[in-house]
Amino acid sequence: MYLKLLSAVIVFGAWEIAGRIPVSYAFPTFIESMVALAQMTFDGTLFTAYGETLRPLIIGVAISAFIGIAMGLWIGLSNWFDWLFSPIFIVMQAAPLAALIPLLVMAYGIGLTSKVFVICIMAMPVIVLNTASAVRNTPSSIKEMARSFMGSDLEILLKIIIPAASPVIFSGLRLGVSAGFIGAILAELKITPTGVGDIITFSRSIADYPSMYAAIFSIILLAVLFLNLLERLENLLFEGNNRGYVSD
Amino acid sequence: MRIFFSKGTTVVMSQTKGAFAKADPLSGENAVTAHKISKSYGDVEALKNLTLEFPRGQLTSLLGPSGCGKTTLLKIIAGLLDPTSGEVKVNGKTVTGPGPDRAFVFQDFALLPWASVIRNVAFGLELRGMAKSEREAIAAKYIRDVGLAGFEKSYPHELSGGMRQRVGLARALAVDAQVLLMDEPFSAVDEQTRRKFQEDLLSLVQNENKTFIFVTHSIEEAVYVSDQIAILLPRPSRVHEIIRPGGFREKGVDNIRRDPEYLDIVDEIWASLRSYVE
Amino acid sequence: MKVYGYHLPAMSSLILWGILWEIVGRSGLTFFIPPFSEVIGTLFVIIGTPAFIKALSETAYAFFAGVFFAVSIGIPVGILMGKNRLIDELLLPWVNMFLSAPLTALVPVLMVLFGFGMKSIIITTTLFAIWIIILNARAGVRQIDRSMVEMARSFGAKPLDAFFKIYFWAALPEILGGVRIGVIRGVKGVIIGQLLISIVGFGALFELYSTNFLMKHFWAVLIVLFAMAFALSEVLAYLERRVAYYAAKR
Repeated sequence: MYLKLLSAVIVFGAWEIAGRIPVSYAFPTFIESMVALAQMTFDGTLFTAYGETLRPLIIGVAISAFIGIAMGLWIGLSNWFDWLFSPIFIVMQAAPLAALIPLLVMAYGIGLTSKVFVICIMAMPVIVLNTASAVRNTPSSIKEMARSFMGSDLEILLKIIIPAASPVIFSGLRLGVSAGFIGAILAELKITPTGVGDIITFSRSIADYPSMYAAIFSIILLAVLFLNLLERLENLLFEGNNRGYVSD
Repeated sequence: MRIFFSKGTTVVMSQTKGAFAKADPLSGENAVTAHKISKSYGDVEALKNLTLEFPRGQLTSLLGPSGCGKTTLLKIIAGLLDPTSGEVKVNGKTVTGPGPDRAFVFQDFALLPWASVIRNVAFGLELRGMAKSEREAIAAKYIRDVGLAGFEKSYPHELSGGMRQRVGLARALAVDAQVLLMDEPFSAVDEQTRRKFQEDLLSLVQNENKTFIFVTHSIEEAVYVSDQIAILLPRPSRVHEIIRPGGFREKGVDNIRRDPEYLDIVDEIWASLRSYVE
Repeated sequence: MKVYGYHLPAMSSLILWGILWEIVGRSGLTFFIPPFSEVIGTLFVIIGTPAFIKALSETAYAFFAGVFFAVSIGIPVGILMGKNRLIDELLLPWVNMFLSAPLTALVPVLMVLFGFGMKSIIITTTLFAIWIIILNARAGVRQIDRSMVEMARSFGAKPLDAFFKIYFWAALPEILGGVRIGVIRGVKGVIIGQLLISIVGFGALFELYSTNFLMKHFWAVLIVLFAMAFALSEVLAYLERRVAYYAAKR
């Protein structure tokens, strides 16, 4: 714990010193940036900005989660669906989908739709692939057990496969949210500057570097804290699952 | 550790009639029959034309080297696998799938890691659509019977291997099936726990009027617990021999392993299996 | 997937999707989706053009430079973290943070610090790729069986010997796994960097095609890009499987 604190002090200290030298005219000190962050927080600009940034993110992640989990379940359960759809998501997972952004802008304009789309294509593949592999990897002995006690297919899906797969599905969702953050910021920087992207772009254009660094710092902090929270929640919810399959 | 299954009696074989002396009217009748069972996976023949009868109220072991198809046969009886040809009858009815007359005990326990002990034990009843309060009352009774009272709210990962298999056994007993199918149930627990399980199994066979089919790869275990041992040999899979151990069981659990007949049977089986072990 | 006993190869459904694309394209449903055959035709036309070759070589340069830095810094740092507890405690929170942080937000900083050129794109690529490489190298070193190290020492291995004969090989499956994921992330990083800076490589090409509504060209470049990214990740997965045979057996 002390070491973590020490390591934070070292890094922020290095930032402060580098800013004071300064290594670049565009490199403000840590303290300047934090002052700018406090200012933006107190005059409310940060909150309105996050309202705008988080809207497409939440919509996009919700759509991705809903469609992604449904697709993943289906792919995991049906060989035919697996054959048909898996390759698409495997390619999507490996490919730099960000390259689609100019096309999306042409097709859907520079509004909310495009941004939601960007977040969806970034977040969906990992959710689908995680869900499908979780379903496929349900231990066969507990499926057999349910069958031997005469569970129907629906009961096996609801009482065995989904609970058994949920830790991996959940971590897929977490990775999806992480990719969604990347997409959300990319969309704001590339498509139209709104929300936090607007603060970043605008303060860069007027050379108000402390505000720019503060905005970037805040979005990274927000994403990391939120993802950490999800990870904690995951450990809390599925504590038993992680160790449960061991049969020593 | 408490005794495994205590329906009023303790594990003293000599006080009750021995396993073989169970000459009740039903002893001639077979609870389960497997008739000319074949099972092949593609070109591989797991079982070929296998016929075997399982007397009611007794414990029959399927013993053999790995690859002899003993687990396959058990799963066919359970209805988890379909035979390529032949049929299995349980109480005269042909098996077409899993049924309420059979319950399975799994080698790796097959417990639901996200469910408490009581829900795991009640799971078979849950799938039969029994109301929650009713099935939990039944489950609680069997949890007590297998000696896990106080662990109802625990989760599988908090239990030792032996305790987990007790949960698996309680789950199979809770559905009150007439035939218990056990797939190497003690192979994943340590040696001492296994011995305790074996003693408890003997009293279970004594006190419950159930038919047990027990897959094992341990010769000593098979001779110790069985009324009838079917020795299966691979390539092609077939029943090599059926051995019915005699009276040594009446001398009490403490004396079985010293009995000359016990030792002779163990040696005899090893002699016939030896050439099949790589 | 089997149809009437005939085994369909895993990725063969992509042919079906290609046909579907062709039908949608021919139906004239939308301007944005030209027929697949025309896209492929365009692909062969532009693949030799100077503009394309320039974009490709610029991207490849930025990518390989970025990945080179990520690997040559990431692996030693990871091994160091795996072996030294103090360094581990100091660095791990930051590595974990950057692993999940939306790194796109850092690109504007790189732009003001390093200019609108190649340097920023290379650093973006490195930033995307390095964290998972560090983490995996660390995990690889940490899982090494103590008894294997003790075996080497009991036979009189010197520290340097132990490092190259034991640590490196024992951790290799994990390290390669990290490099594979890192490279895939690097591909995404190089494209994101080019899109945001958009005066070099494919970024510039995309800008050119989309402002002139050259849909076939756009899709053709996308296909080349996706195919290369996918091929790269498959090659690395193959390499990883080559060493994975002993990963499970340790």
